[in-house]
Amino acid sequence: MIDWLVFAVAGAAMLAGALGVVFSTNPVHAALMLVMTLFGVAVLFVAQAAHFLAAVQVIVYAGAIVVLFLFVIMLLGIDKAENLRTEPLRGQRPLAFLAGLGVLTAVLFLARGAWVTGASSRVAPISGPGSNVQKLASVLFSRYLLAFEVTSVLLVIAVVGAVVLTGREPEVPVVPDDVPVSAGDDTIASEVDQ
Amino acid sequence: MSVPGAWYLALAAAVFSIGAIGLLVRRNVLVMFMCIELMLNAVNLTFVTYARLLDDIGGQALVFFVLVVAAAEVVVGLGIIVAIFRRRAGATADDISLLKG
Repeated sequence: MIDWLVFAVAGAAMLAGALGVVFSTNPVHAALMLVMTLFGVAVLFVAQAAHFLAAVQVIVYAGAIVVLFLFVIMLLGIDKAENLRTEPLRGQRPLAFLAGLGVLTAVLFLARGAWVTGASSRVAPISGPGSNVQKLASVLFSRYLLAFEVTSVLLVIAVVGAVVLTGREPEVPVVPDDVPVSAGDDTIASEVDQ
Repeated sequence: MSVPGAWYLALAAAVFSIGAIGLLVRRNVLVMFMCIELMLNAVNLTFVTYARLLDDIGGQALVFFVLVVAAAEVVVGLGIIVAIFRRRAGATADDISLLKG
C-alpha cells in the first residue's frame, strides 16, 4: 500500500515537473520544474533499491547540473518570459504533439503484456547479502573497469572543451605600419652579395 | 515492491515522450537542453526498473555511466550556448541557421 502511495506521489511530481519544463515560459521556472522531476526520479530509485544512484541523482543532477543551468541563465540574462504563442514553423507544433503521443501509444501498445523477457542474472544479482553500494562498486571496478576509465578521460576532455569554448580569444596585437623590416631580410641579402 | 515494473516503465515512457515533445516544440536553446535531460532521466528510470526486474546490477552500472555522460554533455553544451549568446544575444534555435544550405 505504502509502495503505491510513494509511486503515485513521485510519479505525479515527475509528470507535473516534465509538463512544467515544456510549458513554462520562463527558463528559471523550467529549471525549477526540472528539479521536481529529478527528485521524483530519485524517490523512485530509492523505491527500487538503487540507493547509491538516488544519492548521485540528487547530488549531481539537482545539485550540480541544474545549478549550472541556473548559472548560465543568470549569466546570460535570458530569464525573460518567452512568447509561446508565436509559431515559427507553421504546423510544426501539432505535428510534434502528434509524433510524441504516437510514439508513446506505440510503445505502450507494443509492450502490452510482454514487459520483461530474458533470464535473471547469475553473475551480479541485486538480491542477496551486501549493500547496494558494495555490489555496484564491485561490478563497476571489475567488469566495467575499462568503461569507468574511459569516462574519466571523457570528463577531462569535457572540462578542456568547456574552457576552450568559453574562453575569450586574446586580442590580436595591431602592428603599426612604420615598423622597419626585420633583420632576417638583411642577412639574406648580404649572403647573396657575397 | 508491490508496484509492478510495468507501471515504472509506462511512467518513464510518458516522461520521455513529454521531453521529446518539448524538444520539438520549444525554441529556447536552454529549455531544449532541459528537455534532453528529461529524456535521459526517463531512460535512467527504465534502466533501474529493468535492473530490478531482471535482478541484475548491470542496469544500475549503466545508469552510472549515463550520469557521467550527461554531466559531460551539459558542460560542453552550456559552453557552446554561452559562446553562441556572446556573439548573438537572445538567439533561438531558429536563428542559428548559418550552416543551412
